[in-house]
Formats: sequence, C-alpha cells, structure tokens
Amino acid sequence: MSPEQWTRPEAEGADGPPAAIAAKPTREQVIAGLRATSEGGADLVQLLTPEGQRVTHPDFDIGVSDAQLRDLYRDMVLVRRADREGNALQRQGQLGIWVPLLGQEAAQIGAGRAMQPQDMAFPSYREHGVAWCRGIDPTELLGIFRGTDHGSWDPNSMRFHLYTIVIGNQCLNATGYAMGQRFDGKVGDPNGEATMVFFGDGATSQGDVHEAMVWSAVYDAPVVFFCQNNQWAISEPIERQTRVPLYRRASGYGFPGIRVDGNDVLASLAVTKWALDECRQGNGPVLIEAFTYRMDAHTTSDDPTRYRLADEQEAWKLKDPIERLRVHLVREQIADQGFFDGVDAGADELAARLRDFCFNMPEPPPERMFSEVYAEDTRQLAAQREDYLKYLAGFADDAMAGGVR
Amino acid sequence: MAAPALERPTTTAGAQTITIAKALNMGLRASLERDPKVLVMGEDVGKLGGVFRITDGLQKDFGEHRVLDTPLAESGIIGTAIGLAIRGYRPVCEIQFDGFIFPGFDQIVSQLAKLHFRSQGKLKMPVVVRVPFGGGIGAVEHHSESPESLFAHVGGLKVVSCSNPVDAYWMLQQAIECDDPVLFFEPKRRYYEKAELDPGTPPVPLFTSRVVRAGSAVTVAAYGPMVRTCLDAATAAAEDGLELEVIDLRTLSPLDLDPVFDSVRRTGRLVLVSEAPGEASVTSEIATRVQQECFYSLEAPVLRATGFDTPYPPSKLEEGYLPDLDRVLDAVDRSLTY
Repeated sequence: MSPEQWTRPEAEGADGPPAAIAAKPTREQVIAGLRATSEGGADLVQLLTPEGQRVTHPDFDIGVSDAQLRDLYRDMVLVRRADREGNALQRQGQLGIWVPLLGQEAAQIGAGRAMQPQDMAFPSYREHGVAWCRGIDPTELLGIFRGTDHGSWDPNSMRFHLYTIVIGNQCLNATGYAMGQRFDGKVGDPNGEATMVFFGDGATSQGDVHEAMVWSAVYDAPVVFFCQNNQWAISEPIERQTRVPLYRRASGYGFPGIRVDGNDVLASLAVTKWALDECRQGNGPVLIEAFTYRMDAHTTSDDPTRYRLADEQEAWKLKDPIERLRVHLVREQIADQGFFDGVDAGADELAARLRDFCFNMPEPPPERMFSEVYAEDTRQLAAQREDYLKYLAGFADDAMAGGVR
Repeated sequence: MAAPALERPTTTAGAQTITIAKALNMGLRASLERDPKVLVMGEDVGKLGGVFRITDGLQKDFGEHRVLDTPLAESGIIGTAIGLAIRGYRPVCEIQFDGFIFPGFDQIVSQLAKLHFRSQGKLKMPVVVRVPFGGGIGAVEHHSESPESLFAHVGGLKVVSCSNPVDAYWMLQQAIECDDPVLFFEPKRRYYEKAELDPGTPPVPLFTSRVVRAGSAVTVAAYGPMVRTCLDAATAAAEDGLELEVIDLRTLSPLDLDPVFDSVRRTGRLVLVSEAPGEASVTSEIATRVQQECFYSLEAPVLRATGFDTPYPPSKLEEGYLPDLDRVLDAVDRSLTY
C-alpha cells in the first residue's frame, strides 16, 4: 500500500463516525505506512532489488563501474566482519559493550562512499561503516567500547566527528558546522563542502533533531540528515516515534525528504550523492530516510527476543544488503570465485588484526584522567593530579619494599 | 588556535563613565572588531539589540552573519555554537534569561563541556554563554534565577561573573579569547549602575578574584550582583567603626581562593554572600576549602547569607529572599559573637 493512501482514507458509511473522525487513518493504516511493508512504500528509491536485479529510477539512476561494484561489496563484507568481531570480543569479555551494525551495511557504505574528502560527517554511535569510509581504522573504534578512550581519531583531519551517545545532540552540532561552511563561502559550486549527520529513527523524537532541521532550513545550511530507520529504538517500534513516514517530515521544515532502500547500497549511494551535491551547490538541506533493519540487538546488552518476532527478522534476512549485491555480481559475471575468496581472506585478516589489537591495548595511565580537560589547565586540577599520583606512588613504594599486599 | 591577544588599543579612547550594559556592549564590539571568527548569536540580539540592549547596534555594524538572530530554542543556540566552534568560529551565545538556560543544559554539559577532554585536546571549544542572572528586578518566574553552581559543578566548563563596568568590559573580552567554554554570568539588576572605565588601563587576569575593599574585622566574599550589596554593607559598618574586607570572587570555576585564604588568615572570620540557594553551591565549596586551608586561623565558623533552598519566589517576596545589606551585617555580627 502506498503511504499516500492513508492520508485520504475511504469515507465511512452513513452509520459511521462524523467526518472529522472518519478522516483519521486507522491504526492499521498508519502502521502499514510506517514500517515493514515489503518494499518500504511506493516512494522508496531502489536500484537493486532483493533478488539482485538492477532496476532504474527516473530521478536517481547512477552509473557505477564493475570495479566500483566490487569495491562496494568488499566494503560491506569487511565492515560486517569487523562488526561481528566486535560482537564476539564483547562476548569474550574483551569489550564492555558493542553496538552492532548488522544489516545496515548498505546504508552506511552507500552514504559514506558518496562523501567527498572535503565533507564533514557527524556520526551517532553505530556508524562503523561510515567510519570505515572516512578512513578510520576499525581498531580505532575499540577503545570506546573497551573503555580506554572516548574516540582516538582527530575529528578535524579525518573529517569524522567523535561518536555521540546522547541521542540527537550531533544533529545540532552538525548544523552549526554546516552553517560555518556556508559562512566560510564553501557552498555554491560543484566542489563545495557539505556536512552529513547520522541518526536513527528513535532520535527523530528528540527536540535537538527537530531544532536542527529548523536551524538548517532557516540558515540554508548544507547539511544532509541521514536517518537510518532500522525500525526499532531499542524496544520501541517506529510507530512509537511517529505517525507519518519520517522522510515526509522534511516538507514541514521546507526541504526535500527522500526514502531510500537502506539495504540497497546503490540506491543509498545515488540518493546521498545527489543530496550532498544539492548541499554543495547551496540547495540544502536534505533529509534522507534509509529504510533498513537492525538485524542484531540494539547493543550487546539488549535482548530483542523480548520485543520482536522472529518472523520479522526472517523476512528482512531475505533483503540482506550483501547477498543481493553478491547475487548481482555473480549473475552479471562482474566477479568470479577468486574475487569472493580474496574478499573473505581480507575479512579474516581484518578480524585477526582487530582481535590482536584488542588483546594488546594498553590501559590508559592514571594521569590521562586529568589531561586535556581544559585548553588552559586549572591550578585545582593540577593539584588534584599531583596529589593522586603521589597517593598512587605510595603503593609503589610498598611494593618495592618487598611487602606482598 | 588562540585568538589574537588583547594588546591592541580599542576604538574607544579615554576614560568615560558608563553602565555595565554599555561596557558589555563595548566589550562585544571590541571582540568582533579584533577577530573575524567571533560571532554573537541568540534570540533578539540583532535588530532589537537584545532584551537588555547588550548587543545594541552590533548587527547593524557587523552584519547578519556576525550577529545572528536565531530561532527560539536554547539547545539549538548552544548546539549550533558547538558545531561553529569545531569549524573554527568563536561564538558568543546570549541566553535571554537565567531560567531559560535549562533547555540548553544538555548541550552545555553533554557536549560543550566534554569535547576537549573526549578528543584529548584535538577539539577546542571557545564558546562563551552569556547569562543575565539573578533577581531584584520584580520579574515573573524563570527570570530571576542563579543557576551558576550547577555549571561550576561540571568538569570542563569555566564559570565567571562580573560585578562592575570595568570587569564587564574586560572579562567578556577575555572570556571570548579563552579556548575553553566559559559561562559568563551578568548581574542583570546592576546593568545600569555606572563607573568609570578607561580602556587604556590594562585588565586584571580573568580567572582571579580580587580584594575590592580592604578591612581587618571580617572578610566578606561575594560575586556578581552581591558585590555591590557587600560594599554598601561595608560602608554602613564603617560608620560604626567596623572595617570589612570585601572580596569580589569574579571566577567561580576555577575558584581563585588565595586572596580569600590570605584575608581570612588576617581577619579570622568569613561571611560568604550570594543570591543562589546555599545548598550544594559555590559558597558551600568555598566554606569547605577555607576550613581545610585556614582551620587554625578561624575565630568563627564560616557563615553565609544566601538565597533560601527554595524555588525562586514570586517577586513580591524576593526582598526577603535575596540577601540585603541588613542580612549581610547580621551575618557579620553573628561571626563576631564567637
């Protein structure tokens, strides 16, 4: 059923409720428009079907070379493998928590590969695939989840902000950054700069996301809002967040909103590339709703069997982003077995490297607690550091004196 | 990425008698002139010049991209300022009234305070949040609050408060130059009190407190709007032959307590004064530190005259809520009874 339909429901009969009430969609109509329809609705942009069939779209078609297709496949496989290794490391007690991205590889690789080096990305905390595209090595993500740092990369040079855990905060930070790009005169030509911010369907209920869309509209900020609607905010389903498909909200702020098949890496790439170009040229902002599904738990602390049915997950397995591209590559003879074996070997190597790195990560020294709290240190903090280190040194003296504690 | 230092003479030459409001306006103007990366942003700060006219005329002279009339949402003001700071700007946000800072509280404590630490110094957060604060103007609720202790409690933030036109002029420029986020609390009920400002006289450092009246009987320390109250109390006490030493704290985080310790070692007595509720506040922190540092010098317990531990009352009751000259002198008298 098209999402259009539920805004204009059939008129009730003479015995039915008054027109004002009758005009309201039924609960079933609302839910059908929001979630897990087989195709994501009539407006869904798709270039590669779940069966691996290449299809065209009048507005968002894209030319992709065979080599690019193979690269996109490799990206998705490696990122999935890194994600699964993160999950396994948590299960082995090596990480305190992991945030799985399983099922969202196409949305993230499509969006990430659409970005240019001069663009800036503001992630939430599940954007391991986008991080990959920005050149952040997956080992750099481990410290956050092992508890050795809050993100070790340089956000400015990588043009990838630190993971943001408070839901929706990063949307305003991204909008401010994009305003700066505009004030700096970096908008208005095909080589201009753009910003993309990543958030989930749950975040759309946050005031900060709403405010970011207001701000970006009134300041014409070159920002792409990339919402990964993975259908669930921990245990809360999408219909607990909204009564309209999320991409439609954009019209209320005065900019375009597009729903793309988030399990289709080509469509995600094409739509995001278009949206970033719009921003570069000064026609932003744009909202993209990547219609996808979180195949694993919200985090390793979560238990999705308590709130969702297995058959829903089974249905989404048939739309797996990697499998459909694999089928396409095979069917069109774009890749042979040697290629697939090579990619798998690369994934094994990456997983082994992650594991080794994780096992050998040094604990941060205690003085790290006090370092870089301020650009200009304070006397109080310097005194606290000195006292604490002296206190710790006292234990070292005991140990050197031969006492076994 | 530090801003150019405060060496250049400002455009305003010669001493003049001005209000705190005008001094803040001049300070903003000087900063906007000195550094093209400085932005002023907030609700009504453009054409209107702010509800207190602190930003009067700035948009006209610096344009809509330097002085931004923003949509009406405090989280949006702070959250976009953070993004602008990452981009290399130095935003100065105006929160219209103290009680309205809470919608922006999340961005201040979750992001602004922590990004330098989280990034291990790779991200600088040179953002100033200006907050007209405190009561005594007969306003409706949410327009008279003193939330400064909440921010002093948060690691990663710096908190200051000015009490006179000279400090208003310099401290605001210094805060804008600082690479750390600074909460800048302005005593709104003193906005229109005047003093002489000579921009040619060099400023005292931002994160320092200062003795503003010397005395030997009792030390009285305050900040922002209560400094004037304490000076008036000292004048009244002097008529009775009692010399109070008055300290303007100026910086609440980090605290600069050396002048307080020195003073207490001489007088043996300390009265702390603030409009904010006393419980779990800046004044309770100072009392703790003074008893740690000056235990053997104290002749009396540290006493306080503060707002009560209640929500700010309806304005017909604020005269009783806010410490005044008499409550300060009463605390001084109690200190002297030990």
